[in-house]
Amino acid sequence: MKRRRRLGRGVAIVGVGMSRFGMFRDRDSKDLFAEAFHNMMATVDKGADPNDIDALYVGNFSSDFFIHQAHWGPIVSDLLGHVPKPATRTEGACASSALALREGIFAIASGFYDMVLVGGVEEMSKRSTEEVAEGLALATVPYEGKAAFTFPGVFGAVATAYFAKHGASREDLFNVTIKSHSNAALNPRAQFGATLRSIMDAKRASLRKRGLPVPQWEDEREFLRDPAANPSVAWPMHLFDCCPISDGASCTLLVGEELAKNFSDTPLYVAGMGQGSGSGLHATDDLTTFRATKHAAEEAYGMAGLTPGDVQFAEVHDCFSIAELVHMEDLGFFGPGEAYKAVADGLTRLDGPKPINTSGGLKCKGHPVGATGVAQLVEVWEQLRGEAGDRQLPIKDLRIGAAHNLGGTGGTCTFTILERR
Amino acid sequence: MESQRRFNDISFAEFLKERKLMGSRCTSCGELFVPPRPLCVKCAGTAMEWVELKGTGRLKAFTCISIGPSFMREEGFTREHPYCTGVVRLDEGPGMVGRIEGVDASDPAGILIGMPMQALYLDRGTGDEMVTYLAFTSAG
Repeated sequence: MKRRRRLGRGVAIVGVGMSRFGMFRDRDSKDLFAEAFHNMMATVDKGADPNDIDALYVGNFSSDFFIHQAHWGPIVSDLLGHVPKPATRTEGACASSALALREGIFAIASGFYDMVLVGGVEEMSKRSTEEVAEGLALATVPYEGKAAFTFPGVFGAVATAYFAKHGASREDLFNVTIKSHSNAALNPRAQFGATLRSIMDAKRASLRKRGLPVPQWEDEREFLRDPAANPSVAWPMHLFDCCPISDGASCTLLVGEELAKNFSDTPLYVAGMGQGSGSGLHATDDLTTFRATKHAAEEAYGMAGLTPGDVQFAEVHDCFSIAELVHMEDLGFFGPGEAYKAVADGLTRLDGPKPINTSGGLKCKGHPVGATGVAQLVEVWEQLRGEAGDRQLPIKDLRIGAAHNLGGTGGTCTFTILERR
Repeated sequence: MESQRRFNDISFAEFLKERKLMGSRCTSCGELFVPPRPLCVKCAGTAMEWVELKGTGRLKAFTCISIGPSFMREEGFTREHPYCTGVVRLDEGPGMVGRIEGVDASDPAGILIGMPMQALYLDRGTGDEMVTYLAFTSAG
């Protein structure tokens, strides 16, 4: 019983914002969400009255574990002064706020509400690296936890399967990392907004200052090959293949499409959206493809009446370098086994025909997991509105951008296509 | 006794304690599931029977983890002393995840996709607290 998905009423985005992403000792989730909210309100061209917000949807993966606090819907509602309006928390691991976005879209599309606030938040850095790895591993399937898989480990296994199937190697992943850093260097919001070259220079300066031997890496690749500079986390995933531990929040304002121009000169419209689910590693025949992503993409393209070639640029969930490759293939941007070659050929760079993760991606922008899905929209918003500054895409008539968000070991994936009309 | 156990993760774990790798087979369509499933996801059948697997298979994917969960750190696995875990395709068809023993996790280049594997049962804890984990060891 397949039919083309559609919304009962069009939905527009009239503002998007995010807090700074980073590891903050002196900042908490409420503080971060408030910053994201202020940042978002400043992007509403004609202004909006917060009193008109009908309901809130907040994505949050596991504050229960990270800061021992659950139930973030009403906490955010109280923070922003919206009590007693309805506030709902959504959980889909690292795709938690993409699920909040979907709930918000459905709420408006149904006609029940006219304006909803959607956001996400995660506060991870108060825990040690080992504890964060353990907390994230809550979103693996039970058998993976017992087999002592961590998240980097899951994607390490995906990488070995991809290498064996397609003849790629660790060297091919370097191209993803180098590109992410070069984009992030142009993004003032990035947690690691520096090229690999400048990171190398900083490391050398720090070693020199401490009177330690200073390595002479010839180029970025030699730096990435150096186990002292780039140690293994879950082979073949090394430090520079992995997104950082981050605190942060994100926020967006949705309205019924016919109301959009009351708030924004250049609103974005939801052209397509999809969500899929997936099984664990043990029940997956081919580990180099994510069924949840394929299903989400099929739904979204079908709803939008678009093909992968129509998407001019995208944010793709790159929690680990290998994830960017396999998902670009699952989203149809490149054929199976072609993504690593495309990255090597520069096709996904800012000046390439299919720019991917122009923000620097999760790898460099940061990945406060519950906030990521909505934070990806910040980049799509800025690019489509021509507000991306030094990393503004040189594509003429930029009109269609998309965001892909993954949760768990591929258990939840979403794909959202936005359009500027 | 086997016929009375429910097709769930509790039974699966109990069997591991008995050194048995058990799955469920749909009596309608014959599809085999490891770990056991109570519902057939192929034909929607609800009648299952227990099947014991040989425990042999081949390595499908793996990783060598330097930063592991606390129970692995307690076993002495550290950044300097990583462990290997992976996905194995069992000879009967289904896949399963488990720690990979009998390989050098600090030399991943020596671990090869397609290597033959044999099930291994690892006990953790003692007395009532004891849990048995499925692992695999290089059978070559």
